Amino acid sequence: MTDSNRLPPEKDPITGVETTGHEWDGLKELNNPAPRWWVLVWLVTIVWSVGYWVVYPAWPTLSGHTEGKWGWTQYKELEASQADIKARQQAYLDRFEGASFEQIMQDPELYKFAVAGGNAAFKDNCATCHGTGAAGGLGYPNLNDDDWIWGGTLEEIYATLRYGIRSAHPQTRQSAMPAFGKDGVLTAEDVNAVTDYVLTLSGAAQKPSHEKGMTVYAENCAACHGEQGKGLREFGAPNLTDAIWLYGGERAQVYNTVFNAHAGMMPAWEGRLDPNTIRQLAVYVHALGGGEKSAPVEAPAP
Amino acid sequence: MSTEAAYSAARPSYNDDVVRLFTLATIFWGIAGFVVGLLIALQLAFPQLNLEPWLNFGRLRPLHTSAVIFAFGGNALFAAAYYIVQRTCQARLWGGWLPTFTFWGYQAVIVMAGVGYLFGITQGKEYAEPEWYVDIWLTVVWVAYLLVFMGTIFKRKEKHIYVANWFFMAFIITVAVLHLGNNINIPVELFGTKSYPIVSGVQGAMIQWWYGHNAVGFFLTAGFLGMMYYFVPKQAERPIYSYRLSILHFWSLIFIYIWAGPHHLHYTALPDWAQTLGMTFSVMLWMPSWGGMINGIMTLSGAWHKLRQDPIIMFMVIAISFYGMSTFEGPLMSIKEVNALSHYTDWTIGHVHSGALGWVGFITFGMLYYLVPRLWNRTQMYSTKLIWTHLWVATLGIVLYVAAMWPAGILQGLDWRTYDEMGFLKYSFVETVLALHPYYLIRAAGGLLFVLGSLIMVYNFWRTIRGDLAADEPTVAQLKGAVA
Amino acid sequence: MSILGRHKFFERNSIYMLIGIIVTVLIGGIVEIVPLFRMETVIEPVKGVRPYTPLELAGFNIYVREGCYNCHSQQIRPLRDEVARYGHYSLAAESMYDHPFQWGSKRTGPDLSRVGGKYSDAWHVAHMSDPRSVVPESIMPTYSFLNRQAADLRRIDKHLKALRLAGVPYSDEQIKEAYNDAVTQATDGADAAGLLARYGDKINVRNFDGNPKMVSEMDALIAYMQVLGTMVDFTSYDQTALPTKTAEAQP
Ligand code: HEC
Ligand code: HEC
Ligand code: HEC
Ligand code: HEM
Ligand code: HEM
Ligand SMILES: [Ca+2]
Ligand SMILES: [Ca+2]
Ligand SMILES: [Cu+2]
Repeated sequence: MTDSNRLPPEKDPITGVETTGHEWDGLKELNNPAPRWWVLVWLVTIVWSVGYWVVYPAWPTLSGHTEGKWGWTQYKELEASQADIKARQQAYLDRFEGASFEQIMQDPELYKFAVAGGNAAFKDNCATCHGTGAAGGLGYPNLNDDDWIWGGTLEEIYATLRYGIRSAHPQTRQSAMPAFGKDGVLTAEDVNAVTDYVLTLSGAAQKPSHEKGMTVYAENCAACHGEQGKGLREFGAPNLTDAIWLYGGERAQVYNTVFNAHAGMMPAWEGRLDPNTIRQLAVYVHALGGGEKSAPVEAPAP
Repeated sequence: MSTEAAYSAARPSYNDDVVRLFTLATIFWGIAGFVVGLLIALQLAFPQLNLEPWLNFGRLRPLHTSAVIFAFGGNALFAAAYYIVQRTCQARLWGGWLPTFTFWGYQAVIVMAGVGYLFGITQGKEYAEPEWYVDIWLTVVWVAYLLVFMGTIFKRKEKHIYVANWFFMAFIITVAVLHLGNNINIPVELFGTKSYPIVSGVQGAMIQWWYGHNAVGFFLTAGFLGMMYYFVPKQAERPIYSYRLSILHFWSLIFIYIWAGPHHLHYTALPDWAQTLGMTFSVMLWMPSWGGMINGIMTLSGAWHKLRQDPIIMFMVIAISFYGMSTFEGPLMSIKEVNALSHYTDWTIGHVHSGALGWVGFITFGMLYYLVPRLWNRTQMYSTKLIWTHLWVATLGIVLYVAAMWPAGILQGLDWRTYDEMGFLKYSFVETVLALHPYYLIRAAGGLLFVLGSLIMVYNFWRTIRGDLAADEPTVAQLKGAVA
Repeated sequence: MSILGRHKFFERNSIYMLIGIIVTVLIGGIVEIVPLFRMETVIEPVKGVRPYTPLELAGFNIYVREGCYNCHSQQIRPLRDEVARYGHYSLAAESMYDHPFQWGSKRTGPDLSRVGGKYSDAWHVAHMSDPRSVVPESIMPTYSFLNRQAADLRRIDKHLKALRLAGVPYSDEQIKEAYNDAVTQATDGADAAGLLARYGDKINVRNFDGNPKMVSEMDALIAYMQVLGTMVDFTSYDQTALPTKTAEAQP
């Protein structure tokens, strides 16, 4: 290889700048210097970076890394920024933490605070099951109405949220309806009859098997759902007379419920959400419309 | 055109067969990748368009990224490197059948990888999704590529290596290093597709983004800068603006790029010190990146009038502008406070596509318009008007795309962190999903325009290769007459 | 000009130029990556993180196969809103057995790193089968085919073996029992004593998808979902233990 095609530098006729004298496939290079502003800005970024290394953790060393003069870590930054929010909440939080539900209900400010906090937590944690408007869906109870499976007082709602329903929490609300058909407790005929009977409790017309259904009911179902089918909260057994159906009120759906049974699961929120948030949620859910008064604890079964 | 004369003058017989193949593959995979991009854009607006299991978003998105980066971009870089290295070295491609092998070998990589994604065969690392057997095959192909390229450089007639080739060398060798470093996997079975990366957790994340960021740095930047350093001065018929700037920005670019990977891992479990390095090196990378932009744009000084007459120059200038924009935006997004907002959002997607559509896409279109008539021995393109049409349709597409994604990303980031006056989070996650819908529609419209533009290009190429000339198209001879 | 003048050397010697490039690009990577392998300065000393059970691992692989990471992150940043929305920020220890890590880079859907226990299995089945049936605003694809496809567990032991080569501490016994453990974990009322003895008593053992007829891919994926974020015992986490102090207790 020789430098044969190296030409003497020439002047570019348009800009008057010299070329480097090389040519490749007709391409040449001008010998302009790097723009001064370019070098300057670059230097500024370098100086800034060096400064940054001095004050922030930056370089690995043999045993760890340089810590930086400011002793900054991303976890300290988190704490500092959380303090801002804490400060915003402080006016309420101080009082909220020690307050009983009764006190909260009587203090309009605390009540407003709790509802706001509950609303925020509800949207990200509960709406996926109970719906954005808390109206529920198949298998997920409506939280707006005054039909409560496990109780609608603040204390009861709080317990439901804290421990969950059929959740992994040791104190979870627990109870399961037997799968009467699947497990062979009742024949298909019995299930048919009791299904029709149960539907009459919520207003459907009676079928010829009514009597039979009534007997099956009394023997198998009344223990949990009550003689009149009004439900019993200690077993989480829903009221069957209000035409509000967790698993649907079509005949086939009710039949399926009795034949196979469901055991809806609601997660426990203790440990996942902090205690204040759970209390706020309880107030929020209570405020949705169906909340019950705490005392007397429950209306006596009619 | 004086270069035209130089072109047809006596010269070594170049291997242009393989360049033609790569050119066709670039066009083919480009359309495929853009169409899949359009499909996934539509899926985010209309989730019913997911057809489980093969055509679900999660499987198609890697198909899109691989198709546009490695199939469209990769074939374009093969074409560019092979075309340029022969001409700037005045030497035929080294290696006899080896260049042709790299063509079919590389297409095999693409097909194996892409078909795999549809069946759910993936390593699960962004931009490194192909499984171990594809990785091994790619290594073979890539070594062949390196050999062909270096072999040709070795045979060169000009003593000095042209600046475009510095960038191609850096691109080829560094991509090899990155590929090997990020794909150390243990196959579960010899005759199975599944493998596990040997590194996990934080170390895995750091290595992945050392790779991922430098896939941007060396594939989408260094490689395409190589392309720019040849086709821009060629098309503008002007010398490169500054040799000294070339040297400075080349070495600083490749040195600093490598350090910037941790800006993909800000505020994660990656130690603070590494995040700091990622951030500061990204900021120091700003000027080295702009060195390329300056050299590209300033090469046009003295030829500015061509912008009005020549849509190919216009493609290149817009490309360089988008390059400048995304390499300003990148360092900005690397600053931790900014990244705290932008990370995980559509802002990143906007940044990606201003680089990908604007820079990578447009500089490639510029190259293709330059190459196709020359490779198929046509004096000119079928229709300059259609090039202009492509240019404006595609530009409008990009504008819609990024103008939708920037506000979408910022809105998303702000919504996630908005507190109400009592100190509670204001929006739930799904509320922010809902808010993005209009932006996703606009983005899809932008994508559609980009696809339409490239279909116009394909039509134009088809007529050009057939040897047609549009009725209203002045011939080269007429143009020369007009100037004279 | 003199330093730039020397550049001629590289321009004339392609091999030196190539070597120069290689050296230049190796430095940054080495400085940033190598120190991360001093685990004691990087992985917090917390209790509870364990390798996935075979069924969870099968679920992890489905998560990777379906590309869930394209939309979901698994990395809660220490920013106040993320901590409020998703829970405690992610620790390095939590992904130490993820091959590959699933931190993600885009949040089209919410972060999933602490989704374990947030929903019931039935909810997950409904959601994966048809996301819009439970979340009308969702733009997530449907994955109902997972209900119908049996999880491929026949060679799951080979997977454990491969992971052991990559440093995941699976014992011989865990590898030997892998298939049985996977089936046991997805079966209601199965004798899970062996499984619990091998992986700890916090394992979820149940028929996740509600279909007793087979161990489906849905079973595996939900088993994986339900364990996400539930391993670390945060009472054992000391934020200041890193990086200056070296750790004694690694999980
Ligand atoms: C995985 C789905 C799921 C999530 C998430 C969920 N729930 Fe529930 N929830 C249920 C189910 C299922 C029931 C009914 C259980 C039963 O069958 O008794 C229920 C019941 C309840 C009840 C009792 C209703 C009654 O009539 O007694 C309340 C109150 C409640 N949920 C509130 C909440 C709140 C507040 C949240 C969020 C912190 C929440 N739920 C999150 C599934 C869920
Ligand atoms: C051991 C207690 C128990 C017994 C006995 C019992 N149930 Fe239930 N039942 C429940 C519980 C608890 C639920 C709520 C299940 C849930 O929330 O997932 C329920 C739910 C129902 C529902 C669904 C209500 C709705 O809103 O969708 C129907 C219908 C029903 N039971 C009918 C019956 C009939 C008929 C019988 C007798 C053949 C019966 N139950 C026996 C406990 C019982
Ligand atoms: C196109 C993007 C997309 C893909 C792909 C995707 N998701 Fe989602 N995902 C979403 C969106 C959006 C939401 C929020 C709305 C909702 O709950 O459906 C979500 C929500 C979820 C949730 C509920 C999280 C919470 O805390 O509420 C889970 C769990 C989930 N996805 C799991 C998965 C799994 C597992 C896969 C892969 C098999 C997957 N997703 C794939 C977009 C996606
Ligand atoms: C018609 C044109 C295109 C459309 C409509 C399009 C659309 C999309 C969409 C919808 C996504 C997913 C975004 C998300 O997950 O939220 C995406 C991702 C991506 N696209 Fe495109 N795209 C197009 C062209 C291109 C081109 C030409 C390139 C590169 C040369 C490219 C590179 C990428 C990359 C790298 C990502 C991943 C970004 C990330 O993970 O942050 N795209 N594209
Ligand atoms: C100085 C140059 C650049 C810097 C410093 C830079 C920086 C960044 C940053 C900070 C992110 C966001 C990371 C996150 O939050 O997740 C990012 C993402 C990205 N950038 Fe750039 N960028 C630069 C140039 C470019 C160019 C020119 C392109 C394309 C041609 C590009 C393509 C991408 C892609 C594809 C991603 C998405 C990666 C992912 O999947 O998450 N970047 N870049
Ligand atoms: Ca990404
Ligand atoms: Ca099952
Ligand atoms: Cu990057």
